[in-house]
Amino acid sequence: MTAASDPGRVGLVIVSHSDMLANGVAELAAQMAPDVSVLPVGGTEEGGLGTDYGSVVEALADADTGNGVVVLYDLGSAKMTAEMAVESADDPSRYAVVDAPLVEGAVAAAVAAQGGASLPDVAAAAEGASGETPAAAPSRPALHLVPDAVSAEILLTNEVGLHARPAALLARTVAELDADVVVRYGDEEANAASVLALMGLSAPGGKSITVVATGKDAGEAVRRIEELAERGFDD
Amino acid sequence: MGCTAADVVAALRAAAEVVREHRDELVRLDQAIGDGDHGENLKRGFTALLSRLDAEEPASPGKVLKLVATTLISTVGGAAGPLYGTAFLRASAAVGDAAELDRDAVARALQGALDGVVARGKAVVGDKTMVDALTPAVTAAASVDGSVAAVLSAAAAAAAEGAESTVPMVARKGRASYLGERSAGHLDPGARSTALLLRAFADAAAKA
Repeated sequence: MTAASDPGRVGLVIVSHSDMLANGVAELAAQMAPDVSVLPVGGTEEGGLGTDYGSVVEALADADTGNGVVVLYDLGSAKMTAEMAVESADDPSRYAVVDAPLVEGAVAAAVAAQGGASLPDVAAAAEGASGETPAAAPSRPALHLVPDAVSAEILLTNEVGLHARPAALLARTVAELDADVVVRYGDEEANAASVLALMGLSAPGGKSITVVATGKDAGEAVRRIEELAERGFDD
Repeated sequence: MGCTAADVVAALRAAAEVVREHRDELVRLDQAIGDGDHGENLKRGFTALLSRLDAEEPASPGKVLKLVATTLISTVGGAAGPLYGTAFLRASAAVGDAAELDRDAVARALQGALDGVVARGKAVVGDKTMVDALTPAVTAAASVDGSVAAVLSAAAAAAAEGAESTVPMVARKGRASYLGERSAGHLDPGARSTALLLRAFADAAAKA
């Protein structure tokens, strides 16, 4: 991460009825995004199942390191509590309560936030995360059709291929650069900005992917992904 | 002859007593189709409200309603906390700083409460929620002539009927909606507690 891209990332708050669930989701999301503040809020003050308004209000303030906070929730009343907490904040526009699948949304949002995305983009990444099909985070045109594209075929030398952690590393690498990148495996294509879409390719170790990049840093993007693959994604 | 801050406080103390008496009933209703915490959650909220009212008596009816809102939001939890909290907050906004509430102000407060609950929970009539009790209550309050007590009495009667109407409904909002058809045949605990609160307010107004 360069210092220039680090004025404070968008934070995440995970609101669940269950303390364990909130912590588990936060743990999973934070693994993909070491520099993002991911705060779990779960259970009642007495330690039972439920959502505690005061704790949510505190978490919103704590997670905000300057660029706002995206809030994910598990069930209906957690949503209501989150919305009330946002409405009562000094500046509600700093917070976005998103309707997203909790686990996939949190992971997608964390990776987007790690890459320095803005509040609306992190919210969109969460909302675009679907549990069903490879999700395209912010949708982009079919980049491989663009004439000045840089592309390379890259062998996945690590054992697990484009699994969760390697996919997150790849997405983070791309996010730092001014380039639009798609990754193709077989007939499937994924936006490299979306860790979920990359995982959805199910590209295994020992197989090759095709990377196509456009934009100012297209060449650098492809080079860095090649390096990453050569290092076996640091597995 | 309107309703002062002290009258509103008296009505809330009466409501807290009703919530305490019906705690077990609300738990049973919620155990049938929800997570079983509604009675305990409301009792905790109104108990907290009583101690706040012991500590301070707000100067206007609107300020009393606002104190109810902030107390319930932070102590009730579940869906009822945000929903009742929003209801009282909007009721407070609807009556402003008036020193006494006349019948129109009470009707406005009820309308504000309903609007708040709908905005917060996105439920409509027929979803098997507190909206099924509150909506007919608001309609009745707006269409009856007479005193504050008469308005609240009409609202309470309509709310009780509305709550009963939830029995055959299939829930479309809240935890009960996960049960689908199996939610039919049960009285909705949120609609029941709404009817109980309005009955308590009406009885208090009749005594005032």
